[in-house]
Amino acid sequence: MAVRDDVVTSPAAGRGDRAGARIELSGVTKRFLTPSGEAFTATRDVTFAVEPGQFCAVVGPTGCGKSTTLSLVSGLDRPSEGSVRVGGHEVDGITEGTSFMFQADALLPWKTVLGNVAMGPVFRGVGKKQAQAAARDWVRRVGLAGFEDHHPHQLSGGMRKRVAMAAALINEPSILLMDEPFGALDVQTKAIMQNELLTLWEQLRPAVIFITHDLEEAVALADRVVVMTSGPGSVKAVYDIDLPRPRGSVQTIRFEPRFLELHHQIWESLSEEVQRAYARTTGETS
Amino acid sequence: MSNTATVSATAQRAADTAAGAGARALRRRKLLVLAARLGLAAFLIGGWQFVTSVGWLDPFFFGQPSGIAQRLGDYFSQGDQATEFGSYWSQIATTLREALFGFVLGSLAGVVLGVTLGQNRFLADVLGPYIKIVNAIPRIVLGSIFVVAFGIGETPKVLLAAVLVFFVVFFNAFQGVREVDRNILANARVLGASPLQIVRHVVVPSALTWIIASLHTAFGFAVVGALVGEVLGAQSGLGLVIKTAQNSFDPNGVFATMSVIAVIALTAEWLITRLERRLLSWRPPAPSESAAI
Repeated sequence: MAVRDDVVTSPAAGRGDRAGARIELSGVTKRFLTPSGEAFTATRDVTFAVEPGQFCAVVGPTGCGKSTTLSLVSGLDRPSEGSVRVGGHEVDGITEGTSFMFQADALLPWKTVLGNVAMGPVFRGVGKKQAQAAARDWVRRVGLAGFEDHHPHQLSGGMRKRVAMAAALINEPSILLMDEPFGALDVQTKAIMQNELLTLWEQLRPAVIFITHDLEEAVALADRVVVMTSGPGSVKAVYDIDLPRPRGSVQTIRFEPRFLELHHQIWESLSEEVQRAYARTTGETS
Repeated sequence: MSNTATVSATAQRAADTAAGAGARALRRRKLLVLAARLGLAAFLIGGWQFVTSVGWLDPFFFGQPSGIAQRLGDYFSQGDQATEFGSYWSQIATTLREALFGFVLGSLAGVVLGVTLGQNRFLADVLGPYIKIVNAIPRIVLGSIFVVAFGIGETPKVLLAAVLVFFVVFFNAFQGVREVDRNILANARVLGASPLQIVRHVVVPSALTWIIASLHTAFGFAVVGALVGEVLGAQSGLGLVIKTAQNSFDPNGVFATMSVIAVIALTAEWLITRLERRLLSWRPPAPSESAAI
């Protein structure tokens, strides 16, 4: 236990490039080849930017290419047209200093909580001892002290999310990409995790792209909300959320007049898209 | 206070009796299953003994349990005179050695090639049809080729066992690599894992569930390979014992050796299950226990 105290994860690590971690997408179009050989356009002409340290939420109807956008920023995929730039550099190869969080937790089921959290430093070539010490510190920071030796299947959904969060943040990323991370959680757990995320984000201040279906979640957490149109996805509108920080509890902010105002405003724009997407899917199936 | 104390004490007692009754019921069921198992064995073996003693079946062709037991006793008590080619133990050792070498060789090759092809789609597409073709060949026949090429020593048996094992393990390892969770892969890549680190930390552990599942059947195949190789031509081994017994119209000898092989296979199965428990201890307990039958 003494290990915890003498490892203070240095806040300077990874922060040098943080100032340059501005994410810019300009005119990004991504086409996929479907198995039947047809070209499927996931996103068309997507243009928006996320400032360093900014929390940006992306909302939109199902199938509007939100996840595609994330894999383009992370460097897992290349755009068909347009450019994705991080810190002024064109993305080619995995973007340095990025972490991912998925809806389904991407934990290694054969590793313990500690082992999972330690993967980030281990992949970066940090010694095993050092990686484990850092992981121990992060496990404590997400409130899972005492569960270091448990395997993921022994944990509840919320606890697994905490592990995933620690695993994503341990490398002190300058960019955090979140793909509906809390989508599968129950309402109460979701609220708790949102608060935890905000607390940790305020400590590290990575730039965040947070994909969600839940507009309330988007407005409560983000500085900027990007509304996307239904497939092929493109940016419909960008809203800056001027709610003061620190936001405090996500549950109580929902009742503030300014929150309701913004929510109403964005919802008008979003609901149109949702209805169009819905009409299309029902039209296709019938 | 005292009220709640009494209530909780009563509840505790009720829970205790319930637990006791549950444990008793469980024990009774276990005994019942065991008794039924023994009964079934007694019925089958006794029935066999009966129909051959009263003459409904000819023990000359179909053997007889008492004769098999006697033959087993002979095999293990007669030392170097047990068979024409040395002691029975040395026959067991030969077959076991061939099966083990073949098993190790075949599984290693299967894992390495399975993981490689699972990782490399181009290579998999190129080699895929050829592997299917070779897999469609009745590989037992390869034993004849091996005997011709390598003589009647232990090498052809090891090779035959390895070939049989290889395909079982290969297909499972290949499938296991293909089934690796895409999110986990993407996550590892984003965290900065090198291709080698991905193989070591993600792909191989993930495929291990599949690979180990295949080892259960694979050892059986290794024994089959060794035995068939010995039947085709050998200087010692259990397959040769069976062949000699067959040639001298001795079904009891065949059955006796068969039961020895069954014991070997069961022991190996037990060892592999232990290994599986150790390597896959991270898994939730339910599936492996229900599969324990």
